[in-house]
Parts: sequence; structure tokens; C-alpha cells
Amino acid sequence: MTGETAAIAIRDLSFAYDDIQILCNVNLDIWQGDSLCIVGPNGGGKTTLIKLILGLLSPDCGRISIFGESPEEARLRVGYVPQYAKYDPQFPISVLDVVMMGRLAGTLRNRFSARDKTAVMHALDQAGLADLASRPFPAISGGQRQRTLIARALASGGDILILDEPTANIDHESEIKFLDLLRGLNERMTILMVTHEVGFASTFFKRIACVNRQVVIHPTSELTGQLIQEMYGGDLKMIRHDHRCSEEGHRHE
Amino acid sequence: MNDFLAALADPNLPFFRYAVLTGIFASIPFGMIGTYVVVRRISYIAGAISHCILGGVGAGLYLQNALGITWFGPLHGAIAVALLASVILAMVSMHAKQREDSVIGALWSVGMAAGLIFIAKTPGYSDPMSYLFGNILLITRSDFFFVLALDVLVIGVIGYFYNTFLALCFDEEYARLRGIRTHLIYLLLLCLVAMTIVLLVRVVGIVMVIALLTLPAAIAGNFARNILQMMVLSTIFCILFIVFGLGVSYNLDLPSGPVIIIFAAVAYLAAILGMRVLGKN
Repeated sequence: MTGETAAIAIRDLSFAYDDIQILCNVNLDIWQGDSLCIVGPNGGGKTTLIKLILGLLSPDCGRISIFGESPEEARLRVGYVPQYAKYDPQFPISVLDVVMMGRLAGTLRNRFSARDKTAVMHALDQAGLADLASRPFPAISGGQRQRTLIARALASGGDILILDEPTANIDHESEIKFLDLLRGLNERMTILMVTHEVGFASTFFKRIACVNRQVVIHPTSELTGQLIQEMYGGDLKMIRHDHRCSEEGHRHE
Repeated sequence: MNDFLAALADPNLPFFRYAVLTGIFASIPFGMIGTYVVVRRISYIAGAISHCILGGVGAGLYLQNALGITWFGPLHGAIAVALLASVILAMVSMHAKQREDSVIGALWSVGMAAGLIFIAKTPGYSDPMSYLFGNILLITRSDFFFVLALDVLVIGVIGYFYNTFLALCFDEEYARLRGIRTHLIYLLLLCLVAMTIVLLVRVVGIVMVIALLTLPAAIAGNFARNILQMMVLSTIFCILFIVFGLGVSYNLDLPSGPVIIIFAAVAYLAAILGMRVLGKN
């Protein structure tokens, strides 16, 4: 570990909902500047792991520290992009006001300064939403809404960025742009992203965490069909995104 | 309409002027708090708080008239019960969210039952119906000043916490991650809802409080682009319903509260149908 410090350290972590054990004895170190892709079957504990790191859930046993602090204390150093599905489609709010929420920083008054506004405009720009700032949030497309939530997390700054399936509603072209954006951010931020599709994501992330009650870490280079099959525990078809065909199509031997 | 204006100007009908003026100033908390009630989807919680208040009113009447405790009146009882109900509901939403609607139902009915028992055991006659529907024409000068004080409170607190309340209503989980103590802020919002309900129940009654908290804001929600616009619009709608309803009830000699509610409900229906026809939503 040459000069790297642990951004997130997880020790002997277990968590159960009622009697159902979701995560069992998890140990995990995430280094500053790391980029980690979190994969695993539905119900395997991906979102639970993220909520524990964010301090939205408390572990039954074990400990999480973020830059040496508890998740609650370190909250403002973490940017978060939730899954977008749960928003009230009638809530009267503009894209700009949603992104502004990234600049909230405490319980009371929360007036926004000129610096907050600059950060928000920059985040909107990065997410390609500058033209949509004044549009109502419920009226824009699903992909644009997702980018709004990404912009909100970017506006909040911080040292760690956590994303929960941020590409679920984004088309392939936007996804490429999005991963480019992450690549740039990764120079100054540690990135954790939950995703359901492994193949394409592996082109960007340094490590892959397979979450299924346990957490197992693999370097991206180890990612093979065999491994993916183990992760998901069954038959599945893989589609390779990373090869190109000639104009006539490709031939199988 | 001329009768209505004449009644407003008639020096022998001061109660009518108070009714209209109080209605106009009560529209501010109706519109502002109602906006949060609608976007945060807590109209059932507001319903539970307002019906619970009957328990507090009954207890106040009983303590005052049956036990001779003169300093404790129906208003004190109502405030105590409304704030207690807010604390209970905030705790339930914190620790037992999945049972929230059962608790709402329990508070709602137990509050009313307790109120009716207290009122039955209180010497003298008081009509529970007057608390349910109120009578805006019985408003006194002091009621009017209570409403003005409520205006100042509501505008002050919302002005200060505007962005914080917005975050709470739009995305509570994210607000928590940005360091906002959402449970505390939610409790503050519920207490504000409770105070609004207590003071406006004096004016318009338990049932009408819920109608005027939800219907104008629900209509405004169809047109507003942000929370502030929604507050202003619902205040304006509320003023229109109250003034128009009072005028019609005066001319046709109908009870004012129910006429105001019917107006608000018809306008809500028209707004929904209008939006459908215009193809929005």
C-alpha cells in the first residue's frame, strides 16, 4: 500500500433484516482513489451494503469507518446517487432546485451562497443538463432525471461518490459519456457503483466486489464467464460489448 | 353579490366583516401548510390531528366546568392534544413506519371518543357539531388576532426553514445524508401543522380544516412549478372559496362551512377534469 489510505474500512460486518441474514462477516477495505463496481444477485445485499456505508442502516455487529470517522460523521464527504424510481411524479420542483439540494449541509436554515450556485451550475454542466435547469423535474425523461440525481451528487462535492444503479435508464451512448465522466472524477474521488450489468462496467472499474451475503473482491482483469457464473450462481448468457464486427458480420468457427 | 357587499358594509353586521377578514387571513396558513400536507402526503395525519383535537376540547371543557379548573380551557386542551398527537405520529414514522396508518386510525377515533365522553359528562350543553363544522359567523375579534398571530408564526418558520422543508418533502433519505436531522425537522413540520389546525378549528371546525388544508393545495399542485408558487396559488384559491362561499351561503341562507367545502370540492373536480381534457398529466 504505497501511500494509499483507507477511504472506507469495513470490519466483521453483519446485518440482518428481522431474522434474515443479509450480510455476514464482511471485511472490506476501499482505498482512496479506488473505483469499485458492486455486483451480485438481487437480494444478495448490494443496496444494504451501500446503506450501511452511508449510515442509513446500522450494522448488527462489526464496524464501518470512513476516513476514520463513523458513517454519520463522514456524511458530508460522501456524494450519493440513489435509484431514481421512487420520486413523486407530481412534485412541483425544477431540475435546478433538485441539484441545489446537493449543497445542503445541516439541519437549520440552509440558505445557498453564490459559491453554492457556482458549484451547482458546474455540476449541471458536467451532467449535460445546463439547458434543462429551469425545466420541471417530473416533466423530463427518465434518463435526464437520472442525470439530475448524478448532478446533485456532483454538486455536493466530497471525497467519495456512491451510485446505486445509475445507468439503469440511460441509453448506451449516454452511458459511455457517463463512464467518461466517472473516469475524470475518479482522479479526485473514490467511486463505488452498484450495477446489474457486469461486462461493460468492467472497462472502467479497477476492482469488482461480488456481494452475496459475503463480499469477495476481484481485480477487473480476473473477470471471466466462469467468475460471473459463480457470482450469480446459475446459468446466464453473456453479451460481449467490447468487440467490433467487420461490415460483413463475424464468423464462427 | 350586491347583498353580499351591502352586508359587508353594514355597521350592524360586524360579525360578517370579521368572518370575511378572518377567512382571508386564515387562507395564508391554509395555503402554506396545506402545500406541505399535500406534497408530503400527510393529509391523513392532518385528519388524525384535527379529529384528536375534539378530545382536548372535551377535556378542557370538562376540567373548566365540571372540576372548576378555570385556567385550563378548551383551547389549552386542544393545543396539548394536537402537539401530543404530532409527537406520537413523528415517533411512529421513525420507529414503526409499517404501522403508521393503524396508529392514525386509532388516534383519530380515540380522540373523538374521548371528546364525546368528556362533553357528555360536562354540565351545561355544548353541541359537538359546532366543533366539527365550526361557525365562521361566530368569530370574535380575539379569534381574528389569533389568526394574525398564526400567520406571523407560519410565515416566519417556513421562511426560515424553506429549503430544509423542501428537502424533507422531496427526498427525506437524501436530506438525512446531507446532515439534516430529518426526524426533528419532520416533528417541527407536524407541530406547525398541529398549531395551524388548532387555531383554525376555532374558526372553521374540524372537518373544514381538512378540506381547506388539502383541496386548495391539491388544485394549485396542478399548475405550480415550485413550492412557493404552490403556496401562493393555494392561498389565493382558499381566499376565493371562503369569500365566494360566504357570499353564497349568506344569500341563500345556507350554513357557511359546508358551502365553502362544496365549492372547494367542485373546483378540485373541475381542475382534475380540466387537466385531463387539456391532456396534461
